Amino acid sequence: MKTLKDLKPKESGKIAVVKTTGPIKRRLMDMGVVRGTEVYVEKVAPLGDPIEVKIKGYNLTLRKSEAEKIIME
Amino acid sequence: MSKSITIALAGNPNSGKTTLFNAFTGARHSVGNWAGVTVERKEGKIEHNNEQINIVDLPGTYSLSPYSLEEVVARNYIVDESPDVVLNIVDASNIERNLYLSTQLIELGKPVVIALNMMDVAEKKGHKIDCKKLSELLGVPVVPVIAAQKKGIQELLNTILEVAKGKISCTPSDVDYGKEIEVKIKETIEVLKDNIHAHKFNLRWLALKVLEEDEVILKTIKVDLSKLQLQEQIAVTSEIALKDDLGSMIVSRKYTHIAKIISKAIKKPKVAGLSTSDKVDKILINRWLGLPIFAALMYMVFGFTFNIGNIFLDLIDGSFAALGEMVGASLEAAGTAEWLNSLIVDGIISGIGGVLTFVPNIAFLFIALGILEDSGYMARVAFIMDRAMRRVGLSGKAFIPMLMGFGCSVPAVMGTRTLEEESDRLTTILVTPFMSCGARLPIYILFAGVFFPGKEGVVVYSLYMLGILVAVLAALTFKKTLFKGEEVPFIMELPPYRMPTIRGTGLHVWEKVKGYILKAGTVIFAASLIIWFLLGFNLSGVSEMPQSIGASIGKVFAPIFTPLGFGNWQATLALITGLLAKEAVVSSMAVIYGLGETVGSAAVDGDVVGFISTLKTSGFTQLSAYAFMVFTLLYTPCIAVVAVIKRETNSWRWAGFSMVYQFVVAWVVALLVYQVGGLLGF
Ligand SMILES: Nc1nc2c(ncn2[C@@H]2O[C@H](COP(=O)(O)OP(=O)(O)OP(=O)(O)O)[C@@H](O)[C@H]2O)c(=O)[nH]1
Repeated sequence: MKTLKDLKPKESGKIAVVKTTGPIKRRLMDMGVVRGTEVYVEKVAPLGDPIEVKIKGYNLTLRKSEAEKIIME
Repeated sequence: MSKSITIALAGNPNSGKTTLFNAFTGARHSVGNWAGVTVERKEGKIEHNNEQINIVDLPGTYSLSPYSLEEVVARNYIVDESPDVVLNIVDASNIERNLYLSTQLIELGKPVVIALNMMDVAEKKGHKIDCKKLSELLGVPVVPVIAAQKKGIQELLNTILEVAKGKISCTPSDVDYGKEIEVKIKETIEVLKDNIHAHKFNLRWLALKVLEEDEVILKTIKVDLSKLQLQEQIAVTSEIALKDDLGSMIVSRKYTHIAKIISKAIKKPKVAGLSTSDKVDKILINRWLGLPIFAALMYMVFGFTFNIGNIFLDLIDGSFAALGEMVGASLEAAGTAEWLNSLIVDGIISGIGGVLTFVPNIAFLFIALGILEDSGYMARVAFIMDRAMRRVGLSGKAFIPMLMGFGCSVPAVMGTRTLEEESDRLTTILVTPFMSCGARLPIYILFAGVFFPGKEGVVVYSLYMLGILVAVLAALTFKKTLFKGEEVPFIMELPPYRMPTIRGTGLHVWEKVKGYILKAGTVIFAASLIIWFLLGFNLSGVSEMPQSIGASIGKVFAPIFTPLGFGNWQATLALITGLLAKEAVVSSMAVIYGLGETVGSAAVDGDVVGFISTLKTSGFTQLSAYAFMVFTLLYTPCIAVVAVIKRETNSWRWAGFSMVYQFVVAWVVALLVYQVGGLLGF
């Protein structure tokens, strides 16, 4: 199973499902992290975490621990 | 005259809400660029076509789900206070995500007008937006504007008035949630129809919230999900048939709805090139350069503050010294009583002068922080620092209020509202006052200047670093003891960089500097008067300073500070007044040591309002002076901060706690500095 965390910078993919619950899930969804959305990984922070992605035309940052819960197609 | 019209301004963070608000009202408000600067409720009144319009600025939010304070505030306002029009500001250059909030606002069932902002940016990106089509598809009026250039404001106001008066009727198009969910919505509406708490809500919206299991709403309408007898059916349809939970399905469908609208109303260029912002980020938050650049920027902020600020410092200094001299001489010539002469020259002029001298430093600190904030760099700071902050148990977002704490702890504590997790927020509130605020700067500049000539920069820098270190250790302790809990999420937008405007940043800085000057005119003025009085009198009338009430008060508490190296009544009294405002430490010292000299002659040698030479010989050594600075850095925050902590935590207990624990921490650290420093032979 490939997750968003497995994508390297400059790679992109499509979201299959977001596997968390509660507020984190809600926040992710509100920010446009929903099934079928195209995500492009911009970069990794200087200290190795979090990551920056481009989604729905804007830049979003999230931690690897959160990216791990986002399953890609 | 007809009654006034109320409009609520709602929109995503960084969509230009503050800018639009200012374009409407011309009001002097600050413009911020990191998610959620607009945390206070702002209101403005304007007149358009002879109608009174009342504008309420809601907090910037991405959604109306109830997971952050700001989202709840925004939602409750719209539902409970029913504004005539909800003005939704949408960033045209980031339209897809922005329209998500719009669909939620439209679903609330109140009249919505969309202001499509940043049309210039969208155009530059090559997006062709058909506003008429967009308006048709959404079913609400859409007006293109460029808030930063005040373009389209009149048209927008005209449209708002027409909607408010019912001349344009909104026929919002419903989001199509697909067959299964639509059936559920209908069922739920049937159940809710007779709910007495449901009357103020739009039923379709309410049904959606119930299906999404929105806890706040369920509580308000006093519905128990399990008793609704929907739960089981929902589970069956959602988990099995749709392979996802209902809440997610609803969100997905909203985004599908938006995508459909966008494909019909907007033409985007096929290949989007790298935006300027992305190019800048390639360098600024580069994997290897990111940290060094951040460190260099921080160093520049302080260098900027001190070097440029100090150029003006001498100027203001000299002016106040001259003013004191002049006033003293003319009062003497006019034959005023000596005590009045002393009150004016030694009490008022030197007290206020002692504080105003540092206005340039404070202004430059705020300018530097303002530029970082308005340009969008602050959000990057959170990005860069998140990993390190997590070590302490906080999120990178907590770094932003802490950085703002270098300016003033009051807005910094208020800035913690963007932290979603309560324990995260409390910890940040409790440690932020350790970040050395602008008001403490005068104390360092004074003491470092007197006792560490030539090494001021290093000394002051070390104090800032110490503040950060103590804040980090305190946060770690709180997270390990009082607020044990799960790791908090870190999901944040990195807004595009924008050129800070002179007007925007200028207003920002001016507001803060004005606050500082006002404080000099009120709190510090009063403190100077009180100090002067306490030092000039005792219970039997006029007295010499060493026998005065002030000296007696100082002497009572001075032993507390003896182990720290500054157990004299002068320092003690100055510290007590510092509880009113940290600058008062300096103004009190100015009065205390200024009074020691003979009236009128104080200013002759052109020193910082004439008390430096006395301070030099006041018994402070380099070590005890450093311990004193450490203590002022860390001890009990000023009353303004205590008050804001009380307000933000809604508890006197936390406010009281922060007063006591900071005092203890300051005492212990200053003790260590003095005693260990002594052993090391400093
Ligand atoms: N180019 C352009 N820039 C704009 C426009 N409107 C606002 N801005 C800029 O966008 C930035 C963010 O604007 P704000 O008004 O602070 O946005 P906000 O929605 O109030 O943001 P928060 O305070 O974080 O809620 C500022 O730097 C503005 O100068 C516009 O129409 N065109």
